[in-house]
Amino acid sequence: MSMTLVREIAASHRGQRGALLPILHAVQEALGCVPPEAIPVLADELNLSRADVHGVVSFYHDFRSAPAGRTTVRICRGEACQAVGAERLVSQLQDRCGMSLGETSRDGSLTVEQVFCLGNCALGPAAQVNGRLRGRLDEARLSAIVDEAVVQ
Amino acid sequence: MSAPVTVYVPSDSAARSVGADEVADALASAAARQGRSIRLVRNGSRGLLWLEPLVEVETEDGRIGYGPVAASDVDGLVSGGLFDGAELPQRLGVVDELPWLAAQNRVTFARMGVTDPLSPDDYLRHGGMVGLVRALERSPEDVVAEVTDSGLRGRGGAGFPAGIKWKTVHDCVDALKFVCCNADEGDSGTFADRMLMEGDPFLLIEGMTIAAYAVGATEGYVYIRSEYPEAVATMRAAIEIAYGRGWLGDNVLGSSLNFDLQVRVGGGAYICGEETSMLESLEGKRGMVRAKPPIPAINGLFGKPTVVNNVLTLATVPTVLAHGAQAYQQLGVERSRGTQVFQLGGNIKHGGIVETAFGITLGELVDGYGGGTRSGRPVRAVQVGGPLGAYLPRAKFDLPMDYEAFVAAGAMVGHGGIVVFDETVDMAAQARFAMEFCAAESCGKCTPCRVGAVRGVEVIDRITAGEHRDENLALLEDLCDVMTEGSLCAMGGLTPMPVRSAIEHFPDDFYARHASAKTEGKP
Repeated sequence: MSMTLVREIAASHRGQRGALLPILHAVQEALGCVPPEAIPVLADELNLSRADVHGVVSFYHDFRSAPAGRTTVRICRGEACQAVGAERLVSQLQDRCGMSLGETSRDGSLTVEQVFCLGNCALGPAAQVNGRLRGRLDEARLSAIVDEAVVQ
Repeated sequence: MSAPVTVYVPSDSAARSVGADEVADALASAAARQGRSIRLVRNGSRGLLWLEPLVEVETEDGRIGYGPVAASDVDGLVSGGLFDGAELPQRLGVVDELPWLAAQNRVTFARMGVTDPLSPDDYLRHGGMVGLVRALERSPEDVVAEVTDSGLRGRGGAGFPAGIKWKTVHDCVDALKFVCCNADEGDSGTFADRMLMEGDPFLLIEGMTIAAYAVGATEGYVYIRSEYPEAVATMRAAIEIAYGRGWLGDNVLGSSLNFDLQVRVGGGAYICGEETSMLESLEGKRGMVRAKPPIPAINGLFGKPTVVNNVLTLATVPTVLAHGAQAYQQLGVERSRGTQVFQLGGNIKHGGIVETAFGITLGELVDGYGGGTRSGRPVRAVQVGGPLGAYLPRAKFDLPMDYEAFVAAGAMVGHGGIVVFDETVDMAAQARFAMEFCAAESCGKCTPCRVGAVRGVEVIDRITAGEHRDENLALLEDLCDVMTEGSLCAMGGLTPMPVRSAIEHFPDDFYARHASAKTEGKP
């Protein structure tokens, strides 16, 4: 079923130059991830080797092989956010929620990731919550975000 | 009350990150409750980011600013007369006259925060498309010469003269050529590209179209990092509007120019901000750096001649064409001509955008505009030019912002991002972070970068653990030499810059310490 969708996505990008990245983004948007079984399908569609496709998928941090939690919190650990205490937020996540970066909670409610710079360098510490940028975070605001995610 | 009052609330994602959407909603409801008719415009941000959300109200005296405004303040402000520009605690005065803004020289960012980013009519009313019209009246050679004469250098960091790059592409005879905008703004401390794409997207489209005309390109790509979803959405919407207006597509503005433009989204790889890696990524491949030569201007995207410029470079081109090379060239110092869009971030009191002519000193930016640290503690170090830029102490605050002056001081202006740290910063941890970041983000093609960065982390760990300090410092110096001289691109080649500058200016931090300190800044 989902592989039919992958083929359709590939077909809809036919004619675009260098279409693999747009296709991978579209697959991830539709399926929540780029499942390993999509790799041979895409290789076939694009007349590439499986190694080529796998190489691209694994090169970019964005593409995941399993879906993320219902809420994804990406904490910025760039220098500008480090300068205003980003590391305190990271340890808070680790100590309070017992989650390490890159991990999804067992109940599937929350994924926490690190990111290097969200372009909110004057209003850090920053994070992206389900694609939405948040600024001037502190421990209390981060806790509220996490609690809200777990409730959902 | 008769005519609706115009109220501006920024749609910039930095402003939204601190509640601008909630403020806009609260303003709309408060107006409805009062039976007051308002026209709510979601403008770009003025770049006075510490005042965000910054609400502006159009009055007879000009646009009166209030900020920072929280959604919970709105009812009180509205009943106190905000829509009439009343004197209230958060009232800042006429925004254009605020000293912080008035002292700047906004050239590239002239429209920023003034207009509705997705209104093509607003764009035209505020001087948009004048540059493209002037360009199309002249020959492509003339346009290239104008850009060369302006002295405009690449704003992405390397500072290569834009006109020379354009001439190389122009002189290639290929039928297919490309214009690529590098909007993979991955350096921490830089956000001007994002703001420009969110706040004045037609300007970038106009700049790219001028570039296409000048070099004879027919296709263009804006490569935007995936961390910037709002910039992606705004650019895509603006491109669609531009097609509708005849600003893109076949016969641009009724001329013989055909130019197609589309947005491509990155995949979260920092290295794709390096131009050849970006081209590989645009081709649908791993973002592996290419060896140069051949240069992208001759052998670029899909092997075709390609202009690769940063967002701010391309966005400055319309101004150069509209007002002439001479006007632009008169700004600045030495070989750094025109203005730079400096970005003040990190631990800073007044963070945001300062666009001003080259030549302003680092201290004027950090202490003057920036007002020192947000924490109130003394400034200890500033990193200029992103994660690959040098850490400088207060003693260097008299350095003028000038490409060559910075190089002479073992630093770089880069993209104009300035990140401030207070006295609590551990510079050995920052040096370690530079190496660890390089290890994490290296494309892996060349050994000095791929392996050197890993070894760099280990050596710094040994130094801070007190193991053979002097020998390991010498070893680190050697390693930095190898990375600088032997890496294929700036990633490995410049990672030694923050490391060496930290050792040079903050040697006391490189003594043995307790193990706990090492975890700071560790990715």
